[in-house]
Parts: sequence; structure tokens; C-alpha cells
Amino acid sequence: MSARLVFAEVRVVDPAAGTDEVRDVVIADGVVAGPEAAEGAERIDARGLVLAPGLVDLHAHLREPGEEHKETVETGTRAAAAGGYTAIAAMANTHPVTDHAAIVHEVRDLARACGLCEVFPVGAITKGLEGESLAEMGEMVEAGVRMFSDDGHCVPSARLLRNALLYAKAFPAEIVLAEHAEDPTLVQGGQMHEGPHASTLGLAGRPAEAEEIVVARDLALAAATGGRLHLCHISAARSVGLIRRAKAEGVRVSAEVTPHHLTFTDADLVTYDTNRKMHPPLRSEEDREALRDGLADGTIDAVATDHAPHAVEEKEAEFDRAPPGTIGLETALAVVLTEVVATGGVPLPRALDAMSTAPARILGASDHGGPIEVGRPANLVVFDPEEDWTVEPPFASKARNSAFLGRRLTGRVRYTVLEGSLTVAEGKPTR
Amino acid sequence: MNEHVLSMHDLTAEDVTRILDIAGSFREVGTRVIKKVPALRGRTVVNFFLEDSTRTRISFELAAKRLSADVINFSAGGSSVAKGESLKDTALTLQAMGADAIVIRHSSSGSPLQLTRWVDAHVLNAGDGTHEHPTQALLDLYTIREKLGRLDGLRVAIVGDVLHSRVARSLSFGLVQMGADVTLVGPPTLIPPDAQAWGVQVSYDLDAVLPKLDVCYVLRVQRERQRLEYFPSIREYARLFGVTRERVGLLPEGALIMHPGPMNRGVEIDSDVADLPRSVIEEQVTNGIAIRMALLYLLLGAGEKVPA
Repeated sequence: MSARLVFAEVRVVDPAAGTDEVRDVVIADGVVAGPEAAEGAERIDARGLVLAPGLVDLHAHLREPGEEHKETVETGTRAAAAGGYTAIAAMANTHPVTDHAAIVHEVRDLARACGLCEVFPVGAITKGLEGESLAEMGEMVEAGVRMFSDDGHCVPSARLLRNALLYAKAFPAEIVLAEHAEDPTLVQGGQMHEGPHASTLGLAGRPAEAEEIVVARDLALAAATGGRLHLCHISAARSVGLIRRAKAEGVRVSAEVTPHHLTFTDADLVTYDTNRKMHPPLRSEEDREALRDGLADGTIDAVATDHAPHAVEEKEAEFDRAPPGTIGLETALAVVLTEVVATGGVPLPRALDAMSTAPARILGASDHGGPIEVGRPANLVVFDPEEDWTVEPPFASKARNSAFLGRRLTGRVRYTVLEGSLTVAEGKPTR
Repeated sequence: MNEHVLSMHDLTAEDVTRILDIAGSFREVGTRVIKKVPALRGRTVVNFFLEDSTRTRISFELAAKRLSADVINFSAGGSSVAKGESLKDTALTLQAMGADAIVIRHSSSGSPLQLTRWVDAHVLNAGDGTHEHPTQALLDLYTIREKLGRLDGLRVAIVGDVLHSRVARSLSFGLVQMGADVTLVGPPTLIPPDAQAWGVQVSYDLDAVLPKLDVCYVLRVQRERQRLEYFPSIREYARLFGVTRERVGLLPEGALIMHPGPMNRGVEIDSDVADLPRSVIEEQVTNGIAIRMALLYLLLGAGEKVPA
């Protein structure tokens, strides 16, 4: 099934191997092959292009089962492939909730049948995402789950999260508990970052301290239990500081940031654009700068999309009635290249580490994230770092709710290779 | 002047002055036996009220009728909206029926601006969530200017639940634009974060502010806010921030007392304070019709002379 391919004279940036060099990359039988396999293979002139390990997303909402009008596993994984991803974590807020093994198998099997991107279902920490009692993590771990999250909410009780962190230590594989850090009592009814813009726009605030409080609580619990914590979509400057200090103290924590929090601020909400309504919200200039610094120095390990598809009619509503979130899989790489690499804030190898190698390690996706070495599974992305384009429909995703609509970006995916097969060729999904 | 009236931020000082001047001409129409001019004959104004309102809806209705426009009142209860139709689809329906202007009142901040993306009609914001209520601010500016002769340099306090008040936002923006000196007064929990960015001052001490005022503008306080822990009790609110008979004694002679209505007598304002001659609350209501006539006229009757 998988073709033999050569990406000729391509710039290979391999964060896992720590290399950045121009060479040929040969793919045969689903794996990276030596030069001897190049004979008779399809040769793609890749001069000027960059080849890297396929991107890995720690945070996508595929909506299936239950909300197939927003997105399906098929359309979501096609969007992922189009964006250069070869592995994505699918959040547990499906209907029914991914709090038992059957849904884990269902979502993964659907993805395998599509063959566009490997999907790692995330299990719920609590039954029904209700924050009241622990889900049966054991059967989900047996089904291959390595990351658990009640994403959309934090685990509301410190006692329950403490128990989850302790309980997860029972399993031989490293289990990561991922938290959406916002204190529910402080964000109730909140529509955007609390600050001068929210005050002027008459929108109730979601203050930065709502995130800081939960980050601090969770770091204390991770330190005390020795459990493995991951902090989702960090948005506030002081959270970055808390994580930096905890890491220095040896707390087992990782963190992610989204492309939209690296790009926008609350000032970008003055038109009440519901595509820019997020949880956590887009924050101040100072917060955005701290996120960029945190990504550059590795305090924030990964860039994750929080790809959150919604139907057009759901987003074309009053601001306080529209659901939060933006799609992101198809724009993440270009946004990172444009907003944090081209601006000189983050070197390209570190950016690709944050989008591939680091998240693959956090997710336990050992076939992804490089290194790009002979015999390793051929999960790769090839992109043109110079191509300019404007974000506009159509998208491979079923949804159109992009915070980046109309924005000019530089850098575009040309090829995505999943287990040696092209899922994207010449910039277009192949299936 | 813009195509729509959404926010006081969209109006320059010249725009405001022009609107107030034209409202002055229309004010006279309301004193006639036959309170009607033919300026907007054949034009259709839809009052699209998705949140309960008595005075603003009636005021807009009278304003449009006195200009001879056809007026349709659309409210949420029992309508297509109650059946789950979206704001956009409802707006498109109103447009298809030939609305020249849509006056919208909605509980969601920003909805009038969103409406302008979907319809060609002129949109007038009659109050959106906790965002703005520009026609209220304009009628207040009109009333102050009429009573005190100017706006520039006046010292105005806006007292109460500023956080949830669209009136306070529009009035603050308008007063600052016109050169007045604005102080927001209320419990810290009900003053918007970073409100100083509006160009206003903030005080938590009403008694210290009152002696320096030309206008004391009192906001309605909803009992609901107590339940949400913004302040301990209505009794304590009235003790610290209520405009009582005793506090009125701290105001300089000639200073005005204003309230956008509806009042909670005995909470934010004492009953006999509301009925003092320096309280201009009823005049605010009367002036509202003239302001709304001026705005409808400017948006829909462009180019024509103000009718005599």
C-alpha cells in the first residue's frame, strides 16, 4: 500500500536527533529507509522545502461520537493531515463521554479506517466529565489511553484530583493527567479576559487569576503526589512563571499553548467576533509575550491546537450565546511559523520540537515525533516555509470557525506522510 | 454621522452637538396639539425588542410615529424567537419585510453590531446587555445641557452598579467626549476593572464626591446583585451609596439629580429625593422622544431640512 518515495535535497529539521541539514529522505515499506531503497522510488524535488517529524497535537476535539454536525473523525483527521499532523489526541467530551474503553476503541477504529492521522483518544478523569467520581481509568489504560482530562473544566475538587494523580501511579505506563485550568467560580458567566476591553465591551470577565489559582493548586498536588500533570492551553503570564518555578523544583509537569493565544490579545475582540471567543480567553499583550517567552525557553513544552469545531449557526449567534473555541489543525503550523518563528521569538527547530517531538513524548506516541532515522516509522511533514496564503474556506474540517479567517500567513504544508503513505500531496489531502 | 447608532464611541463631539441641536427642534413638536411631522412618511421602523422594556420601546414608537413613519413592534414573547429562530434569521426576515431602520434591544452585549453584518437597514441600539445604551446617554446629555447650559467642564458622578450598567458606559463615554469630568462611584465590586481607561475617575466615597458635583446621576441597583455577593444587603447598600435626603444636602445648590429609570425608591434613591425640583427624571423621559426623533430623522431622512 505504501509507496516508495524520495524527498530529494530537502532541509531536514529533526528536533529528536538535534539535526538540521539538507539531504535526501527515502521512504519504503512504511519506514524511513536507507539510500539503497531510493532506486525506482518516486522522486520528489523538495529543494527549498522543510521536512520534519509529523506534527503531533495534544488537544483536538473531533466531536464524534455525538456531535457529528460539528466534525467527524473523518473530517477532523483530514483537517489534521492537511495541517501536517500524523498524530492527534482526541478530547473526551464526546457524547457519550469517553469515560470507558468502548468509546476509546470506537474513535480509534474510526480513525484507522480513514487512514488520515493516528488518533489517541483521551480518557475522562471523572465519570461523565461531571467532576464527582473517578472514571474507570484501568480499562481505558488497557485500551491504550495514556492521557486523561476533563477538558473544558478543571477537576473541581482538589481531593479528587489528588486521588486521580495518586491512582494513576498504579499503571506501568506513564499516565498523564491534563487539566483545563480555570477556577469555575471565577469564570462563571465570563465571556472574555477580564480587563479594560471587557469593561468597555460590557462582557463579563474571565480573570487571569482563575487560571493561576488552578495552576498553583495542581502544581502543589503534582509535587505532593509525584503524579504526572499536564497543563492545557496556558494563557496567563503568571501561570508561565508558576510552571517555570515548579519545573526548576522538579515537579513532573508539562504545559501547552495554543496558536491563537500566541497570536491574539483581548484587543482583538472589539468586533465581538465569536470565532475569537475562547476558554481560556485571549488575554493581554503582556500575557501573550510571556507565552512566547515560555515557549522559547521550554517552560511551555508544546503547541496544541485546541481544535474546536462548531457549526456555522452555533457561532453566528450573540457573543454570550456562542460556544467557545476555534478550529486550528489546518493553520497551526503556519501561525507558529508566522507569529513566533518569523518574528525571531522562537528558532525553527524549537518550534518543530514543540509541535512534534515534545507532544509525542508527552502523549506516549512513540512512532511519532522523530528521530528521522532508518527503520523508524515514516510519519513526516514537508512544508514550504515561504508560501504566503490567506486563511479562508473551504477547510478540510467540517467547520469554518477559525479565529484566523482573512489572516495572511507564511508557510504551508505540501506533504504529510503517515506510516509511509501520503495523506497530503501537493498541499491537498489524498483521501 | 454614521449609518447606525451603536455606541457613543462612534459619535464625535460635533455629531453629539448636532444631534442635540436637532432634538431641540423636535422637542417643540411634542408640545403641539398635533404632535406630528411628515418627515419619514413611507419609511418603516421596526422596534425589535428581545428584552423587556416599557419606556424605551414606547419612546422609540412615539418618536417614529411623530415623524409619520410606519412602526412595527416585535417582541420576543410568543414570536419566532421564542420558537428558537436565531437572531440572524429573525433579522433577515425583518429585512425582507422592508424595514428601513431596526431599533434593537437585546440582553446580549454586541448584538446590534452583529446585526449590522446581516442586514442593510439602519440599526439603532436601544440597549445591548451590559454594553451600551447610546440613546439614553444622548437624552441625558440633552437634559444636562438644557438645564445647565453646557457640558464642557461639568462635574458629573455616576453612582451605583456601573459594572452591569449600559447606561453608565454610554453616558461616561459621551460625557468624556464632550469635555465633562466624570467620577464613577459605587462599591468596588460594582466598578468595572480598569474603568480609568475610559478617562474617568473612580471613588468609593459618595459623601466626599457630592459637594463637588454639577450632576449626580443615580443608577438602578438590582436586588439580584446582592444574591451574587456584590454587596451584603440592600440595607447596607442604601446606607453607603443611597442618595438620601441627608446626602442631597451635600450637593451644591443647582446641582441636578438624574436617574434613567425605573427607580427603586428607598434603595438607590430616597422617595422624596426623586420628587425634589432638582430631580429632572421626568424631563429625561420627555427629552428621550426628541432625541430618538432626531436620530431617526438623521439616519432615514438624510438631506432634508429639519421640518419647522
